[in-house]
Amino acid sequence: MLKASVAYINSMENEMSEELITPEVFKHLVDLAAIALDPSQSDYLRGELNKQLNAINELIAIPIDESIPLAAHGVPYAQADASPLREDCWEACENPEEILAQVPVSEDGYIVVPDIPHLDLE
Amino acid sequence: MALIDQTATEITKKIKQGELSAVDVLDSALERIRAVDGRPGALNDGTKNIEDEQKVHAFISLTEMRARKQAEEIDRKLQAGIDPGLLAGVPVTIKDIFCVKDTLSTAASRILANFTAPYTATSVARLEEAGAVLLGKVNLDEFTYGSSSEASAFQPSPRNPWNTAYVPGGSSGGSTASVAANEVPLSLGTDTGGSIRQPAAFCGVVGLKPTYGRVSRYGLIAFGSSLDCPGPIARSVEDAGLMLQVIAGPDSKDSTAFERTVPDYQMALKKDISGMRIGLSPDYFNITFPDAETGELTHQEIQDEVKKAVYHAAEVLAGLGAEIVEGVPMPNTVHGIPVYFVISRVEAASNLHRFDGVKYGYRTEKEVRNLNEMYRLSRAEGFGLQPKLRILMGTYVSAAQYSERYYQRALRVRSLIRGDFEAIFDAQGYYHLDALLTPTTPTTAFKMGAVYGDSVLMQYADQLTVTANHAGIPGISIPAGFDASGLPIGIQFLASDFREDILLQASYAFEHATKDEAWRKVKPQVLQ
Repeated sequence: MLKASVAYINSMENEMSEELITPEVFKHLVDLAAIALDPSQSDYLRGELNKQLNAINELIAIPIDESIPLAAHGVPYAQADASPLREDCWEACENPEEILAQVPVSEDGYIVVPDIPHLDLE
Repeated sequence: MALIDQTATEITKKIKQGELSAVDVLDSALERIRAVDGRPGALNDGTKNIEDEQKVHAFISLTEMRARKQAEEIDRKLQAGIDPGLLAGVPVTIKDIFCVKDTLSTAASRILANFTAPYTATSVARLEEAGAVLLGKVNLDEFTYGSSSEASAFQPSPRNPWNTAYVPGGSSGGSTASVAANEVPLSLGTDTGGSIRQPAAFCGVVGLKPTYGRVSRYGLIAFGSSLDCPGPIARSVEDAGLMLQVIAGPDSKDSTAFERTVPDYQMALKKDISGMRIGLSPDYFNITFPDAETGELTHQEIQDEVKKAVYHAAEVLAGLGAEIVEGVPMPNTVHGIPVYFVISRVEAASNLHRFDGVKYGYRTEKEVRNLNEMYRLSRAEGFGLQPKLRILMGTYVSAAQYSERYYQRALRVRSLIRGDFEAIFDAQGYYHLDALLTPTTPTTAFKMGAVYGDSVLMQYADQLTVTANHAGIPGISIPAGFDASGLPIGIQFLASDFREDILLQASYAFEHATKDEAWRKVKPQVLQ
């Protein structure tokens, strides 16, 4: 068990010395994030991501097992601490005109967007 | 001395006693803003001149008409014998990350530059209900992503009132700068990794991060939903307690706001600290920093003057009867930033997906072929580099194939960080501390442009504050002197869940005991 952990950490350390976010991985991330980038932004962002991952990889050396709980937030919640749930009922919006006035492009109270692309699933 | 140079407690007391009018106080604040603030931050403003370098630039938008109406209403209520509230007539600024109905609520981002909020955040609504006069929205790092306030789409970005060649810290830099420059006595900030306490330390003011859930997040434009805490920024501990009194408490619009009674902080803060057990941990005096040249992590001691200020405070507190406990182990402090790099990025990426150019905010004006292209171009043109960086990192570390290695591991290390605090604050435990005393920041403020662009080094400015966000516990930064360059030093108290009363008590005791020390008489550069 211990040998396996050491081997895992060693393999991670080897990986840490390389760039984890290669141009190919970066391109995939940019697609997932729905952002267009120019080349100078891409170079800066990929460089910073790899620097940050270098810092993050410090976590890999921490001895951790599954008995340590996942902490989604710091302060534990007891039932008594939680706000009572609001009744699930329909309420009229007080100011629909104001909300719609924020829409970049609208027509007759509808939000207008460009065509949704058609994709053929493989 | 101008009217606006007084504390919020003094101002509201005098207004209620009829010695001052709310309108006169407002006019005094506006006069100060005209004298020291310079141009407000604006989009597309790359030009800078010498005058810009000598001004504070705290504001993005001044809400003078709204403020005047509110001030007149306070004076009218008083004349009619109606109680105008705990903060009657006190001018406040709001970090522009809160929605305030009928105001531009920009998050200092191009993507929200044209967004007028259709509702008001709970914490802001409570300030207004308590009689505060809302003077404007102040600048920050875009979407709060930074520690210097330089990463704003609205330029010029805020500068440090003690020396305008230096940053005010961030991300609540506009808030702390507006308070330090005596433009207002109070400001509402947010703290996700130290964004109230770090700029408070850099600007020589008081900044309090409440327990997670003590103050509602409703109407706060979200960064890290499990970490974000709205909180007060003030020039005195008493004022910070007064503001917390107003904004704290349950909220039916935020299910993470705790259903707990808010204690009377004004009563608590003046209590004797005899017997209070205050810890000092070596893990908050030695920090891990990435080497600027090689990027390798190295261990360094914090700035000596900061360390001395903490020990001086410990001596003062001991003189007041507190029991100082040295050598308190906090072994997981060192992991705070790496854990933050993972958790905050995952939450930020998730929260930023809503900005797509469809329902509100910026939409590209370029011709597009389809919806996906509209998303990509709107987000490309609307977001600055720091939001993009967080989206990309959050997307990477939460991807199915990497989640166990990064996100889940970070959540478990977060448990370890929380465990450090539970151990030292456990009433039955070996240390059974009431509070931990630490430096707020490893160094005093850095020069404008000195760190900006290096996202790793910038993040490490929060190394001593971020642990409280992971653990959810409250923390406060208070002024404790100056370094040789005349820049403020902040010290931090941390306490267990919902013990803001202890933080205020210890802080007030230190503030009161040192009120005659020479450094307390020094004024910021912009007020000299």
